[in-house]
Amino acid sequence: MKRLGLSGNYAVAYAVKMADVDVIAAYPITPQTTIVEKLSDFVANGELDAEYVNVESEHSAMSACVGASLTGARVFTATSSQGLAYMHEVLFMASALRTPIVMTNVNRALSAPLNIWNDHSDAMAERDSGWIQLWASSAQEALDTTIEAFKIAEDVLLPVMVNIDGFIVSHTYEPVTLPDEGEVKRYIPSKPLTNRLSPRLAYSVGVVGPPEYYYEMKYQAVDAMERSRQRIKEIEADFNRRFGKDYKDINAYYMEDAEYALLAMGSMTGTARVVAESLRRRGERAGVVSIRWFRPFPFERLAEILEGVRGIGVMDRAVTPGGPSNPLFVDVASGLYGMAERPVLQSFVAGLGGRDVSTDEFGMMFSKTKEAARSGRAGPCIYVGLRE
Amino acid sequence: MLEIRLHGRGGQGVVTAAEILATAAINEGRFAQAFAAFGPERRGAPVLAFTRINDKEILLRAQIYEPDVIVVLDHNLVSMEGLEEGLKSNGTVVLNTASEPEALMKRFAEAGRIATVDATDIAIKELGTPITNTAILGALLRATGIVRLETLEGVFKERFEAYAEKNVKAVRSAYQQTKVLDRRGRS
Repeated sequence: MKRLGLSGNYAVAYAVKMADVDVIAAYPITPQTTIVEKLSDFVANGELDAEYVNVESEHSAMSACVGASLTGARVFTATSSQGLAYMHEVLFMASALRTPIVMTNVNRALSAPLNIWNDHSDAMAERDSGWIQLWASSAQEALDTTIEAFKIAEDVLLPVMVNIDGFIVSHTYEPVTLPDEGEVKRYIPSKPLTNRLSPRLAYSVGVVGPPEYYYEMKYQAVDAMERSRQRIKEIEADFNRRFGKDYKDINAYYMEDAEYALLAMGSMTGTARVVAESLRRRGERAGVVSIRWFRPFPFERLAEILEGVRGIGVMDRAVTPGGPSNPLFVDVASGLYGMAERPVLQSFVAGLGGRDVSTDEFGMMFSKTKEAARSGRAGPCIYVGLRE
Repeated sequence: MLEIRLHGRGGQGVVTAAEILATAAINEGRFAQAFAAFGPERRGAPVLAFTRINDKEILLRAQIYEPDVIVVLDHNLVSMEGLEEGLKSNGTVVLNTASEPEALMKRFAEAGRIATVDATDIAIKELGTPITNTAILGALLRATGIVRLETLEGVFKERFEAYAEKNVKAVRSAYQQTKVLDRRGRS
């Protein structure tokens, strides 16, 4: 096992190389990242035997991925923000056609104004596209989750999007321990999927599905997502055992006796943990909840973790204008609705378009959440760090 | 935890310097982060990059507001207003300048340690181009001892391949020539 200094992007590229993919199709220009740049190096150097298809748009990238996956190939692509938005219609085809594509989405804000920095608006806009969405909070987790993603995708026949925070994870150098390549190959042996398109087995896919058929076919993809809950748990347990990790659907920190907690996704949970630790040293019963699987959303386990907790601050890094609240908050609220005694939920929006979220601002979010927990009443959504 | 902010201009290798430093700390078995205050990348524009080094895992993902060390790669930025903003009291400044540290005591009144080296001159001599990122790291090591010189040279070899040897010369030369003024009673 080799310990290196790598950016989150390079960590993903190493994972994809170890996964021994057959096809990479990607658009190489902004908002693309160095993930595919590194992969094209690997292919050019002969370190990775894959077909690298340089396409003219993300729409074409995803279309090429769907086509390649239908032939049984192991397929990867990466994108961000506008690129993901441009893939939009093809994302739904990828899930409904049950193509196990793995894609890294480096989370960045959507235009306008033009912005290449981090927030979660890109992924949230594709919430309903039928993709499994996993969220990583560090370069190491990006690498590990990408390896898991191939196993999950090919097992449940659904595409998997691995989200990493733009710049904060993607372009930050930090320690990464590479897993044993042989063990990765044993975990995800590269073999063509069966019952796929080939010159010997010709059939049509994506043809017209009239009302007599569409509903059932769509339901199959919905059902596959529902069934994936149990399978992902088992696949992750296998990964943890083989590679000595402890990944879960939800990471809970200091939650055993927490009175109140902040809930977030991605790298921001790191800063939240640092602030919670300092609150704990002052005798506060503060906790942190990090959602790793956004789709399928682990609402039953969330309710278990939050049993007895009086207040939760939900930090969204995206907005739903005109909605009852913002995307993560809405899922948390509806996921907890069945609880007999629900915690009070305080909504926060922070860090849009790459605005830094400081430890002081996390301190404020904890303190507002505590107020809500104690009073039993939450205020309207707080836009953290917004200049007025 | 040690937090370092690097100032330079696009094209001087500011971000690369932050990454090399973090990689060297990681190669010594410690934990580190290197990241940039990214913007549209333009040659000549002022650029900031950051490195955190710690003995345990770094969870913090916010920017660095109160650095322990400020490193300046571009000699024209030494006089820039606000350069020393947020520097911890008794912090260290490492400057690319032909001036003696004593001449900058007033300029950096709060700094506990001032290190200077003419990194531009060294870069031109050793690399044939005024890319000062490797030379200034020599001065940083001399001023702080944060990583070993050999570890840093090892990272150059991995990263620069054919250009590694010239950069090793630059960093050694800067290490030798750096002048350190310590106001904390140590030198």
